[in-house]
Amino acid sequence: MGKRVGMEVSLAAAEAVKQAKVDVISAYPITPQTHIVEHLSEIVANGEMDAEFFCVESEHSALSVCLGSEATGARSFTCTSSQGLVLMSEITYIASALRLPIVMILANRALSAPISIWNDHSDVMSIRDCGWIQFFAENGQDVYDHVFCAYRLAEDKRVLLPVIINLDGFTLSHVIEPIEFIEQEKIDQFLPPYQPVHRLHPDRPVSMGGIALPPIFTETKKAHEVAIRSSMSKILDTWKAFGEMTGRYYYPIETYKTEDAETIMVIMGSYGETASVAVDLMREEGRSVGLAKIRLWRPFPFEDFKKATLHAKQLVVIDRAISMGGPGGPVASEVKAALYGEPMHPAVYNYAAGLGGRDVSPADFIKMVDKAEIEIEEGNREGFEIYGVRE
Amino acid sequence: MTENLNVYAVRTLTQKEYFAPGHRACQGCAEALALRLVCKALGRNIVVASATGCMEVVSTPIPFTAWRVPWFHVAFENAAAVASGIESGLKVLMRKGRIPRKKIVTIAMAGDGGTADIGLQALSGALERGHNFTYICTDNEAYMNTGIQRSSSTPFGASTTTSPVGKVQMGQITWKKNMPAIAAAHNIPYVATACPSYPIDLVQKVKKAADIEGPAYVHILSVCPTGWRSAPELSIKLGRLAVETGVFPLYEVERGQYRLNMDFPKLKPIKEYIKFQGRFRHLTDGMIEEIEKRVHQEYEQLKEKAKKGV
Repeated sequence: MGKRVGMEVSLAAAEAVKQAKVDVISAYPITPQTHIVEHLSEIVANGEMDAEFFCVESEHSALSVCLGSEATGARSFTCTSSQGLVLMSEITYIASALRLPIVMILANRALSAPISIWNDHSDVMSIRDCGWIQFFAENGQDVYDHVFCAYRLAEDKRVLLPVIINLDGFTLSHVIEPIEFIEQEKIDQFLPPYQPVHRLHPDRPVSMGGIALPPIFTETKKAHEVAIRSSMSKILDTWKAFGEMTGRYYYPIETYKTEDAETIMVIMGSYGETASVAVDLMREEGRSVGLAKIRLWRPFPFEDFKKATLHAKQLVVIDRAISMGGPGGPVASEVKAALYGEPMHPAVYNYAAGLGGRDVSPADFIKMVDKAEIEIEEGNREGFEIYGVRE
Repeated sequence: MTENLNVYAVRTLTQKEYFAPGHRACQGCAEALALRLVCKALGRNIVVASATGCMEVVSTPIPFTAWRVPWFHVAFENAAAVASGIESGLKVLMRKGRIPRKKIVTIAMAGDGGTADIGLQALSGALERGHNFTYICTDNEAYMNTGIQRSSSTPFGASTTTSPVGKVQMGQITWKKNMPAIAAAHNIPYVATACPSYPIDLVQKVKKAADIEGPAYVHILSVCPTGWRSAPELSIKLGRLAVETGVFPLYEVERGQYRLNMDFPKLKPIKEYIKFQGRFRHLTDGMIEEIEKRVHQEYEQLKEKAKKGV
């Protein structure tokens, strides 16, 4: 078993990047991602890691640099938040379509305006369809572990897709948690150096990034879609291998007391731990409540989700972003899509909560469940509301 | 000495084509010629990061490619950032022994829009960070790929589809952005202007740019018959006239020292250059005079800098 250390999650993330032996790091500072790059700068400045490290002039360039370096076969890393992500969003689509296995940590933060440095999921939802594999971390250990899982998965020749690891800004990125570190030898075995299929090198010239005319464009999209869908089995393989190495097993949907639950809360990210406290409190009162945590956002685990929730009477989906003028929150949208084909399925009551850093306590989760159960009872089976608005 | 060789010594260049024929550039495209010469100058041990633009579109319709050297296109505004990544990736892989050590030149290529407008920030960042790469700007003085829209590199008076000749406005109302001066202001080791009408001069400058350790910037005037409304067979002549009239002087800034590569005791009248181009058809004598005045003024300033060596 590795060493257990109390450490700020951002620092643990940077330590993981070091242990993953990343070759090129390129980033631009934005709150709340800064502690990750700051610590990486220290690591490189102290000679603890042999990497090319660049503080570039924008997030757009941060990711562009990674595309260049990754295309030469160098393991590349960037991290950002919020406005930084939307500035680089153009390049996110290109990275995945060019099948470059970059890993990015996203310290989730609200999108402007009004400007807010605090946490929600509106940033990542703006690039939901960019074709990257996307994980959500519940705690610091998840973040640390997923850096290794992400690179191993991304660089798998049958996958070759970039990966985003989402961690909630401040509420996760800036807290000190116990992290169990993995010995370097084990990591080196789990994650050998990247061997690209093609690289930009004069010994074997390739052209990457040509123009697709209408007769070929559709086929390129199909190839990408097939690649991300079929990455599901490789994701499961990666987690299995990781579990065998560390004893920590991860799954696309993780559940807490859902087996017999009539009401299941659905969340993503660091709300998992708070929501599970709420579940315990409600269970103590004899209420039949459970919690389903979506760890894998893309590819969306439709089957696993159904398996975990289909038996419930109602789902209370707590989104951290709003699809303005649309069906409510993006997670609830996906949940409804997953359930649509089922003749009998639970009602779905949807909240958007914790926007721009508003705290959501166990008591808030309980209130949301209370209200949802009443609304559904009264026939409002597909409601959406923004929780906790002060009127 | 390059002056005398320029016309006749093209045969001294390699016969090998790294930017292969068969691409879809327009007839008389001097930008394609510029890239062909750049590749001849550098040989096979290069990696190219290309911005979106004419040269990207004409050379790589999937599954074809005109590039016999490694070539990478990501987006419009980030050729310099992508080249930064390529340079860094190759460097770290060689340092870690994962690829054999050898000299590989990293090239970024973009048009005037991809350089002076949308790509300026990424370029400035890459120059400031000091990556060992050569940036080639092929300047055809407008967004030709999208249908001849004005850029900040479009010269005063030129008619484009977004600086049209109307009842109250006569073409471009702003003066061409001085991109080489902006590059030189980053205190990089090498900046040069070139034109494929002077192939040996161009090749020598590109070679020098690639040999110098650190960032280098080469700004190449590339005549565009489609956008300039000129006859395709005049592209070489127009490039020469741009230089001979002082519109596009050929010079270098090497470690801060200006050098005029081709000086003319008496510049040709600017009308000689303008008269072959439909984009200037509407210019009045007054406007031509105004342009000439400005061109001469800038040319004198350049000569002063070259004389002082600063």
